[in-house]
Amino acid sequence: MCFDEMTLADGEVRRVYSKIARWLANTPADRLSSRRAQAELLFRRIGITFAVYGENDSQERLIPFDIIPRVMLRSEWAALEAGLVQRVKALNLFLGDVYSGQEILKTGRVPSDLVLQNPQFRKEMMGRRVPHDIYVHIGGIDVVRTGESDFYVLEDNVRTPSGVSYMLENREVMMRLLPDLFAEHRVAPVENYPDLLLASLRSVAPLSTRGEPTIAVLTPGRFNSAYYEHSFLADKLGVELVEGRDLHVDDDCVYMLTTQGPKRVDVIYRRIDDDFIDPEVFRPDSILGVPGLMRAYLAGNVTLANAVGAGVADDKAIYTYMPEIIDFYLGEKAILNNVPTWRCREADALKYVLEHLSELVVKEVNGSGGYGMLVGPHASKAEIELFAAKIAKDPDNFIAQPTLALSTSPTFFPSGVAPRHVDLRPFILTGKNDIRVVPGGLTRVALKEKSLVVNSSQGGGTKDTWVVDDKIFEDARQTQGSMQDQSAVA
Amino acid sequence: MLSRTADSLFWIARYVERADFLARIVEATQRLATLPASYSGMGTEWESALESSGAAEGFRATHKSVDEASVVEYLTFAADNPTSIRNCIEFARTNARAVRTALTVEVWEAINGAWIELDRFASRNAGRARYDREDLSQFLEFVKKTSLDYDGSVYRTMLRNDAYWFSRLGLFIERADNTARILDVKYHVLLPEDEAVGGSLDYFQWTAILRAVSALTAYHWVYRENVKPWLIADLLILKIEMPRSLIACYDNIVYFLDAIGREYGHVGASQKHAHSVLSRLSHSTTKEIFSTGLHEFITDFVENNDRLGKNINQQYLVY
Repeated sequence: MCFDEMTLADGEVRRVYSKIARWLANTPADRLSSRRAQAELLFRRIGITFAVYGENDSQERLIPFDIIPRVMLRSEWAALEAGLVQRVKALNLFLGDVYSGQEILKTGRVPSDLVLQNPQFRKEMMGRRVPHDIYVHIGGIDVVRTGESDFYVLEDNVRTPSGVSYMLENREVMMRLLPDLFAEHRVAPVENYPDLLLASLRSVAPLSTRGEPTIAVLTPGRFNSAYYEHSFLADKLGVELVEGRDLHVDDDCVYMLTTQGPKRVDVIYRRIDDDFIDPEVFRPDSILGVPGLMRAYLAGNVTLANAVGAGVADDKAIYTYMPEIIDFYLGEKAILNNVPTWRCREADALKYVLEHLSELVVKEVNGSGGYGMLVGPHASKAEIELFAAKIAKDPDNFIAQPTLALSTSPTFFPSGVAPRHVDLRPFILTGKNDIRVVPGGLTRVALKEKSLVVNSSQGGGTKDTWVVDDKIFEDARQTQGSMQDQSAVA
Repeated sequence: MLSRTADSLFWIARYVERADFLARIVEATQRLATLPASYSGMGTEWESALESSGAAEGFRATHKSVDEASVVEYLTFAADNPTSIRNCIEFARTNARAVRTALTVEVWEAINGAWIELDRFASRNAGRARYDREDLSQFLEFVKKTSLDYDGSVYRTMLRNDAYWFSRLGLFIERADNTARILDVKYHVLLPEDEAVGGSLDYFQWTAILRAVSALTAYHWVYRENVKPWLIADLLILKIEMPRSLIACYDNIVYFLDAIGREYGHVGASQKHAHSVLSRLSHSTTKEIFSTGLHEFITDFVENNDRLGKNINQQYLVY
């Protein structure tokens, strides 16, 4: 039995969901249905769509949105936040070390080959310092919950984590659709995210920048699945949304082509993977990138966020060493748990994994987006056998984890409200002076019954995430108490 | 701003304006075509509609005979006509999506909303066994509303900076082109002969021209006279009060190009050329235009207008 965030096993409603439970009980299903339809209409009109790789007919799809918010107490959030900040701090120190002295590899706390043989390790970055030693300016760390106070990190996304536009738009839509419910909760705002992002990006401009830094968001273009988000962010930041063809490099400086001629660019928030950013250095067939961008970058004339080579830290094999990494650089115990992980590269672990496939979730070390993974308990015998062969052939490329009993959250369906598994992706911003996290993040929900896969490319949906003060629920009790007093007087 | 962004803004405006013009052409032609044969002249309305909309060549390459149903289909929904109304809205939306950040929410919603609606019309159209005038008129109404919605949103919500100026340039260059095209196709009915007093069969041809540029009421307000061909030419070429006249378009074009020049601290071939076209228009009279030849005048104008488009492209939009 997994932990439901609204209703405990004995049927008692958790205090943090008391207002939601009351609202659900008092709102007829057709009213909820019409709210949901309204939400969908809003999303379509605003144009919040995404493209799915490998699907021809549906060029633009909506990510399903659930109108029942996911609620979390500020005290719960505070603990989570501390853990996220700690993690990102350690990730930045790790990357700085990996690309300079490699102390952690020398001590053997993290196996050298895991880093140096990693396809995401960029030897071009060796010995190069990035402004303020920040590699991960924007991090997205996926967290799941399994109990009242048990949170686990599923993975660290430190390349080009997406989803933040949904976090922001979900909030706008909720405020328009359910103003009463929203007001009653005094939800901690997230709308300042773009402002914090802009401050972070400005703070990491190259030291040589004169005057105001010029910032741009670099997108692969409108056929990319996250294009909406790229344009959304550029708009909110008030900076140009550029494609590779808008940029060129001249004398190791980056320029964008404008109606007034070339204009120097200082900071690029790039949403293109390392492999594609510069055909002169990485994939020569890339038409998305900018020839010479790496030259300008290594000359220190432009800052890329996130840094080139950061991907080595969001590898699923490196992930398993995060507790050691945090201890090594910060001398602290990791606040957030890692999911216990078997590394198939280790013989004992491999043996165990192959014997227990039907109980485990197996992931490709370099896979993402829920592609190429096996969910043992839901897999057929044939699927398991097929996967076993894949693992045996290339054990280094796989890790396995127990199937966590992911928490569920009430989710609306025309047939009624039902619990569905959720995860959470908070976004962590690192600038010159501080690390900031807006309260909440993107809650993703697996809409298929019993499914544990929440990725939007695999039929997952999203919810608004509400961080609310513990106090508001105390107030509710007091009001009730005072009303009883009044009736006593009458 | 990015050259690519300016280019898209320029073309969004052109495509929306073109869609609007096509809708008006279809409407006016339909009106003409429903007249008894003795009123409608040569019975070549649909050929003229194809000519005015610049789609004649493409149509002939794929169709054998010119009839109302197939011309209307070609000008409205045909996917293989690069400038069908449907494709204009599609292209406007594709460009808008590429430069979302340069648009206000209102402008984006006007275009995206129209695009979503278009899909509904297109699928209804595809499912229809035969040509349905009622559905068509609803569709044309929707297209005209779309351009109003788009135009109003641009006017009311966009910052007055280069993004706005390039967008307006696209609108007025396209509009000038459209007005000139319809004059070019219909010039023969505008040539003054002996003034046939009342009851001229050409009356319906003339009013069709005015309708196509939504100027029939304006005509009466300006001249307080019967519809006369040289006054139609005067209205559509030289009357600055008339928002679709060539001179009004160039008055705007010059204004917006000058604004860009001032902002950028530099003027070039575009400004110079636009000023010379405007000055030519300002110094012309109807009498002189007719004596040197309406057809020659219009042909010359269309060439100059094209040249301005090319100049703007070279000066600002090449990326």
